[in-house]
Amino acid sequence: MATVPQTGAPINTRGELTADAPAPRDGARAKPKSGRSRLRRGENLFGWLFVSPSVAILVLFMVIPIFLALYVSFTNWSGLTSPFSHSVQFVGLTNYRTLVTRPGLYQTDFATSIRDNFYFFLFTVPLQTVLALWLANLVNSKFLRAKGFFRTAFYFPSVTSSIAITIVFIFLFQGDGVVNTILGWFGAKGPDWIYDQNGVFTNILNGLGISSPGWGNHMFIGLSLWNWVAGPSIGMCVLIILLVWTTSGTFMLFFLAAMQAIGEEVDEASSIDGTTPWQRFRFVTVPMLRPALVLVVTLGFISTWQVFDQVVLLGPQNPTTITPSYFAYQVSFQDSNFGAGAAVAFLLFCLIIFLTVLQRRFIKEDLTK
Amino acid sequence: MRPSSPQAAVRRALGYLVLVFFALVFIAPFIITLVTSFKTDSDATLNPLSPIPHPVTLSAWDQIFGIGSTASVTDVPRWLFNSAFVAVMITMARVVLDSLAGYALARLEFRGRKLIFAFIVATMAVPGVVLLIPQFLVLKQLHLFNSYPGMIIPIAADAVGIFLMRQFFLQVPVALEEAGRIDGASTWQIYWNIVLPAVRPGLITLTIISFQGSWNQFQFFLIATISPKYYTLTTGLANLVNGGLSSGNQFPLKLGASLLTIIPMALMFFLLQKHLVRGRLAGAVKG
Repeated sequence: MATVPQTGAPINTRGELTADAPAPRDGARAKPKSGRSRLRRGENLFGWLFVSPSVAILVLFMVIPIFLALYVSFTNWSGLTSPFSHSVQFVGLTNYRTLVTRPGLYQTDFATSIRDNFYFFLFTVPLQTVLALWLANLVNSKFLRAKGFFRTAFYFPSVTSSIAITIVFIFLFQGDGVVNTILGWFGAKGPDWIYDQNGVFTNILNGLGISSPGWGNHMFIGLSLWNWVAGPSIGMCVLIILLVWTTSGTFMLFFLAAMQAIGEEVDEASSIDGTTPWQRFRFVTVPMLRPALVLVVTLGFISTWQVFDQVVLLGPQNPTTITPSYFAYQVSFQDSNFGAGAAVAFLLFCLIIFLTVLQRRFIKEDLTK
Repeated sequence: MRPSSPQAAVRRALGYLVLVFFALVFIAPFIITLVTSFKTDSDATLNPLSPIPHPVTLSAWDQIFGIGSTASVTDVPRWLFNSAFVAVMITMARVVLDSLAGYALARLEFRGRKLIFAFIVATMAVPGVVLLIPQFLVLKQLHLFNSYPGMIIPIAADAVGIFLMRQFFLQVPVALEEAGRIDGASTWQIYWNIVLPAVRPGLITLTIISFQGSWNQFQFFLIATISPKYYTLTTGLANLVNGGLSSGNQFPLKLGASLLTIIPMALMFFLLQKHLVRGRLAGAVKG
């Protein structure tokens, strides 16, 4: 192999390759370290050679972008020239103000996107967790035949393209489409799912004859209070169903893996004293699945604030399905207002990091109990 | 074994009923997609649920592949080529780079190893969507925007893959490497000839999840390119749905092209399910 001549050359280029990582400093200390043990000679060099391509890519396309976004969010960059050119002006907190405190279109749109994503998160996380747990419990039953078939059927949607699946769902949820045809069999008339912007809570309250009370007209960050409590729109319900449908199979696998680790003994032992399956599930299985539950809820917390692909197709049809991540894309690439777009992205970044930290703290507490 | 009571039998039957119902809910959309791709536009609109196309037509598929007199309104064959090409390149790069880094982090003693490992774990926590706009900025600065290298290089190494490979390398017995060292093999020879063959299952898993990830990739390609000649199946499809090409709803065409995107994943899924599941479970640690 051509390995031997190669070892000499990259030493010179290594410093350049990993200029952003602390490589050169460590490289300088390579000699005394490798001299210590004859068996491990060259490991310092090889270690850095092996990790540097990956580290370079991650630094260049993940770390630098975060700081660049932070910088751009304080400018009025339009995306046409270099963000460091003279035509780009530093505008301080202006972009953040247009989104949060200054009344206007951006403030309303940003508030709407936060509201919509919040309701999406609020419904999707419990639904996907409960459905996944329920399916796992059914599939794990020791009497079940064709386990493999059911597991495969439930997991399959998870491996398919989000774009392709969203197109399938747009077809299913057409006004006179598959879902409404099935609803028709039961005498129900379905809404025009994809395009319906009415909030579910508003619909229910209107059905009960309740309309917006006086306090509902107060404005709060660009939206009236009545709008804030409107609930997910009908269009958003499609997105919720779509996400629950595609993710619960994956989460079912996590629960199945954990259930198999618990084993049958506990179940058998507790079944002796005349408990019902529900009691066994509630008081034996669920507490033992706690780590898996925490993992699934954590992943749900983080991933529901990142939903993007599906919104690219649904958002243009229905503005009440737009999430902050798609709003950031819209503002940047359609309005050429990269400063404001980066500000949205950065606020979202802070929110997700906050949620992650919150979850980590929650888990830590959970482990010490 | 527990003695089975009539009550238990009823419960079991109910359990099956629920499972079959959900299996139907999870599978039916794919069957409807397949059937609809052989329908005419009006048949698809008027009878969305009918299981038999009436009449059966290949016109959507002719359009997809640009066959016959129907001038192709889309460029699906090109999207297919781009998807396959980019996915293969990204997968190859990830298998090489992720396993190199994974091995170094698992076994090689070098200064700063802990720091690098912490860094890689930290990048797993960075939400992908918020990187879209800044990644576009970096691609522009490096003149990689709207090019194949720009679609491939930024995602040619990934933290989850590195983490996955590290886990596999940690399971290889140290004695194997020690024996190689005593025989005078270099670090590279030990890696290439001894350790890498020992983690074959890991390499297979990484290949599959990388291919799946890059074949289904959408958001990054959306911001990395702008010319139709770089459309993949995902970005091309999204443009077809959102774009101005619409003459009628064209559902058979859209669903046929969606199916084309799903089929390779379906084949891989059914042939290699075990590896996929292992990859997904290992990747879950990133939470």
